[in-house]
Formats: sequence, C-alpha cells, structure tokens
Amino acid sequence: MPDAIVAEGLVKKYGDVAALDGMDLTVPEGTVFGLLGPNGAGKTTAVRILTTLLKPDAGHAAVAGFDVVRDADRLRAHIGASGQYAAVDDHLTGAENLEMVGRLYHLGVKRSRRRARELLDHFDLTEAADRPVRGYSGGMRRRLDLAGALVANPPVLFLDEPTTGLDPRARIGLWDVISGLVAEGTTVLLTTQYLEEADRLADRIAVVEHGRVIALGTADELKDQVGGDRIQLSVTNAANLETAARTLAPLAAGDVQIDAAALQVTIPVTGGATSLTEALGRLAAERITVRDAGLRRPTLDDVFLSLTGHEADDKIEETVR
Amino acid sequence: MNTLQLAVADGVTIARRNALKIRRAPDLLGGVIMLPIVFVLLFTYVFGSMISLPGMSYGEYLLPGIFVMTIVQSAQITGYTLTQDLQKGIFDRFRTLPMSPSAVLTGQTISDVIMNLTSVVTMALVGLLVGWRIHSSPFEAALGFLMLLLFAYAFSWVTATVALALRTPEVFNNVATIMSLPLIFLSNAFVDSARLPGPLKPIAEWNPVSTLVQAARELFGNTSPAIPVSSAWPLQHAVPVSLLWSVLLLVIFVPLATRLYKRAVSQ
Repeated sequence: MPDAIVAEGLVKKYGDVAALDGMDLTVPEGTVFGLLGPNGAGKTTAVRILTTLLKPDAGHAAVAGFDVVRDADRLRAHIGASGQYAAVDDHLTGAENLEMVGRLYHLGVKRSRRRARELLDHFDLTEAADRPVRGYSGGMRRRLDLAGALVANPPVLFLDEPTTGLDPRARIGLWDVISGLVAEGTTVLLTTQYLEEADRLADRIAVVEHGRVIALGTADELKDQVGGDRIQLSVTNAANLETAARTLAPLAAGDVQIDAAALQVTIPVTGGATSLTEALGRLAAERITVRDAGLRRPTLDDVFLSLTGHEADDKIEETVR
Repeated sequence: MNTLQLAVADGVTIARRNALKIRRAPDLLGGVIMLPIVFVLLFTYVFGSMISLPGMSYGEYLLPGIFVMTIVQSAQITGYTLTQDLQKGIFDRFRTLPMSPSAVLTGQTISDVIMNLTSVVTMALVGLLVGWRIHSSPFEAALGFLMLLLFAYAFSWVTATVALALRTPEVFNNVATIMSLPLIFLSNAFVDSARLPGPLKPIAEWNPVSTLVQAARELFGNTSPAIPVSSAWPLQHAVPVSLLWSVLLLVIFVPLATRLYKRAVSQ
C-alpha cells in the first residue's frame, strides 16, 4: 500500500522555540493516523506544514505524492483541511459557504451548487442550509467546516482537533461522520488531545511532545504501555492516604499516584470492575473510609505519565499558574 | 483555465462573498447608504445655511468634497474587513484551496469598489434632491464618477496595506481614523485651501484629496469664475494629476499589500 503522507525530519522554529523538532510520520493510504499531544506539542504546526500553510525550516514532506513545498500548488487540489477554528463565514449561509469553496476548487457553478446540497444533506444541515452561519451551534459549524474540507472529495483529509470545544453529544456525532468517511477510503490525519478520540478513530497513533514523536503504535499497543483502566479513589482522612496507597499497591499494574491535596490515590489496573471491588474490600479491611471511588479510562495525562514520567506539559503549567 | 483566468474567476468568487456579507451585515450597510445620506444632508443644511460663496451655492461647492470624503472613509472597510478575516480561520481555508492567492485581495477590493459605487450613487441622488446640479456634459460627468471610483479602488489597496501591517481590527480602526481625518480636512473639500494659514496651505494644496476634489468640481461643473483656482500645480491640472495619483497608489500598494498578505497568513 503506498503512503499518502510521508514526513521526514520536519523542523519549524519560532525564534528559539522549536515547534517541530525533527518530526517523522508515515501514513499508509486509506488509514487514519492520530497525532496525540497536549497544546503546544507541535500538532497544529505539523498539520499547517502538511497542508501547505507553512514552510518547514528543515526536513521534507510529501502528501498524495506531491512535495508540500515544491508542488504546493498542485497538492492543494488533493487535500481537504478542517481546523480547530471553524473556517466558515458567519454572514454567509451554510449553502453559500460550501458553494464558495466549490467554486474555489474550480468545480464550476452548477457542480458547486449540487455538491453543496449533497454535503449539507450528508451532514444533517439541510434545514439550516439557507440560514446565515452566525446562528449555527458549535457542532453545526464544525460539521459545516468539515463539509467544506470534503467539497472536492479529496483523497487525503487533515482534521486539526475536530472536536475540541464540542459538547459530548456533538463530539460523538462528529466521530460517526469521520468514521463514515474513513469507511469510504479517505486517508485521514487527525490531531487530538483526547486519547479516547484517537482510540475511537485512529488506526495508528503518534504521541507528540516538544515537536517530536515520542511513541508510535496502535491504540491497543499504547494502552498496553499505559496500563488500561485506572481506579481513582479519595479518602476522608489525610492520615489514611499513605496506608491506602500501600494497601492497594499489590493490585496496581503500574505506578501508584498520590495526590495529597485531593486526598486521592490513582492506580492503573487490568481487572476493571473486579479490581475495583477488590480494592474497596481491602480498604474496608483496613478500616479506611473512602469518600468516593471509581474506575476511569486512561487520559492523555496517563499516557504522558507512563511514557515520560511527567504529565502533559501544558497541564503542569496550568497547575502552577 | 490559465493562471490569469483563474485569478479573475477566483477574484469574482471572493468579491461575490464580500458583496453577500455587506448585504447581510447591517453595520456595513449603514456605512454604505445611511452615513453618506447623513453627510450630504448635514453638511448641506448646517454649513450650507451659514456659508455663502460668490457666484455659486455652498451646497454645490460642497458636494464633490463630500463624495471624496465618503469614498476615503468607505475604502477603510477594505482594511477593516481584512483584519476581521485575519482573526478567523477563513484565510487558512482559502490557502488550502487550489485558488489563486491574489484573489483574496482583488476580490475584496473589487467588492468594496462596488460598495463605493452604491455610496456615490446614493449621495448623487440625495444631492440632486437638495439642489446639487451637474453643469457639465454627460461625458465629463461620467468621467468624474469613474475618476472617483478609480481613486476609491486605489485607496482600498492603501487601507489593505495598513490593515495587513497592523492585523488587529481595533488598532487598524484607530490608525485609520487618525490618518484619514487630516487627509480629509487638510484639503479644499470644505474650505478654499488658498486661504489656509502658513504651512497648512501648501500641505492642503498638495494633498491628493484636494486634487481629487478639484477634479470632481471641474468635471461636474461645480465651479465659479468668482472663485479662482489655486495656483498650485496639482490643482491647476487636477484631472490628469488625480488619475496619476490613483495609478501611483495602485503601483505602490498592490504589490505591497500582496506581499504583506502572504506574510500575514504564513505564520
């Protein structure tokens, strides 16, 4: 299978800061590739280079067989991009927005109009088609923006944090739409801060930090490294925190985390609900009162913690601030 | 399609988008139609009732000045719209499309000149209602309107350049207002520049706005032998110098705006 996206040693610097510091990527045709990382990891910079919006300072990349710098003009006819900030025009209606994009792809007036209606139908926007976009909800705008990226049926699609800022229902709706596209054979590169999203959509995931790929694999491979679900529980008495952590250590599939401020203990487990029952039983035997307890899926922070020994960077800054 | 055809087709698509935006945005529409009407009525009745000129009414003397004032101000919409679009993701979308890169600016300036045409027609009609008359041949009058629109188009590129250098709508608005007020009022638009004191006189006489106002007065026949034209060279040859100004602005600011646009969107 030929590769739809190949990037080697991409570097992009802003002053002294390297947004990209030697990033390599390979995405086979017809697959979905997830770039997973916190804000400022370089995900958006990578997408901007691959979609010809930025020139790399070093390294090279090709998309659909076209060099992103040398053949930028020809490449643009073969890609679609949908960004973090929905690139739609507020004063235009949904239909007018898509028609404009069709014309700028040089589909001609009639085909642009027909394609706009098709996409509005497909994205469940028919009713809102002739209303100005400024009245759309966040989810509707994202769907329209995504539709804009699909006007010319591009074989390669770039989605930069497609669901950031959406409510859970709109997010799941958008996931279904993206899954549908993939089923039709489109190659997709998507960036996300959510492990769950990468897990749900991507065939392969690259974890990005400081402009480089620090881990690469399928969602399952990454989760094996990260260690499955977490038990997260808090105790009522600070004096019990250490004892609780010690009591639970034998159940842990990885490092036990203690958050003294929140009186919270987090342990990675492999047994799911069974592990949770077991944990509560052991604590009861030690007469430790638990305020609340639950099982949760691993997050981006857990991935970073197990890969690098620290949480995702922007998270740390937020805590400090 | 070859490159030039593509550029034209894409420019038309963008111009169409902006025209739709103007129709939908009440603030822009107000600036295009309501404000010019208010200008004509206010200046004609407030100043017109106080000031009398030898050989002609002040209202007739004034209207070409109001035309020019309005197009100088309306041309700022080009810059303002660009700064607003820069804040959103729409230019990113454009730049991932296989469209002509120059189309964003040509489309924007073309739609703005159409808007300016609307303003000028509105002002001319209201002017006719309140007593303004064209005393020249239809050919000269048509040339007068064309000259105004050409200048408006050229000045749009100036505001586009300023906007792309400054990039934020608020900063642009402040700078544009500070720049345009002296341009408009240090001129012969409302007063006889020959009677201005000291250093203000040569500044006003060489101000391109004065040249354009004088040219418009000549082409619409709003002059009086009792009001002598200043002896300053640009005012003595107002029509050709006005055209020259427009061409000069285009030659300088089209490439400059284009370069700044590329810089602004590739970060």
